Amino acid sequence: MLELNAQSIAFFIFSVLVLGGAIGVVTSRNLIHGALYLIVSLFGGAGFFVLLSAPFLAAVQVLVYIGAIAILIIFAVMLTRSMTQLRELVNAQWWLSAIVGIALFVLLAVAVILPVWGVDGTNPNQPVSDDIATIQDLGVALVDGNQYVLPFEVASLLLTAAMIGAIFIARDTSVDMDD
Amino acid sequence: MVPLWMYLLVGAGLFCIGVYGVLARRNAVAILMSIELMLTAVNINLVAFWRYVTPQNMSGQAFTAFVFVVAAAEAAVGLAIIISIYRNRRSVIVEEVNVLRG
Repeated sequence: MLELNAQSIAFFIFSVLVLGGAIGVVTSRNLIHGALYLIVSLFGGAGFFVLLSAPFLAAVQVLVYIGAIAILIIFAVMLTRSMTQLRELVNAQWWLSAIVGIALFVLLAVAVILPVWGVDGTNPNQPVSDDIATIQDLGVALVDGNQYVLPFEVASLLLTAAMIGAIFIARDTSVDMDD
Repeated sequence: MVPLWMYLLVGAGLFCIGVYGVLARRNAVAILMSIELMLTAVNINLVAFWRYVTPQNMSGQAFTAFVFVVAAAEAAVGLAIIISIYRNRRSVIVEEVNVLRG
């Protein structure tokens, strides 16, 4: 059913990176290690985007997620001295959480993925077309008045507001009083 | 290419690991990292459906780009809140931050 070519081998390598990194994130006691596992997992996601012929999103994944968010998380770990608070990893309901996670996975696998697996042949196992949109189409779509220019502007406004809000919230008020 | 359900299975697994992390971890930074995992799982699903079902339409990639923006905003504001809480209470353990007044 599945031919073993370079693409499927790459898919399995990236799957191992994504899922192994994710398990490392939720199980590592030291949060610096957790952040490094997060980078591994996000890198696997970027590999998926390359396999799915979305190179722009892969580049953004590396630049924004790995370059910005993961570094921001490492900064937060060091600023809050999370590394020295290694008493207990999980709360008292961890077994309930594990049951919820496994049950959700089984539900998703059975109810969503099994129909897409496609016994009736209506759902695609293979891409409907190899004629895919390019990066240029994405750029045009994001600023085209008939497509996504309004969400694009709202997103930039959201980002500006979030950054100003983050600066305001994280500001050290005790420094201002000394001045 | 690899069938679509394999991408969806990896996305579902990643999302459920993120759900476990959000529900079980005690450190607020670890919870934020688990949220990032869940957002990545959603992105993988969006791009996979885009590639297999509507490869000529830009909606899948455009939505993924907006998820990136929201994830960056969420990480910045979330970490700012965590740092602010740490300044006030000397702790990032969510169970010890259970009062609203400062």
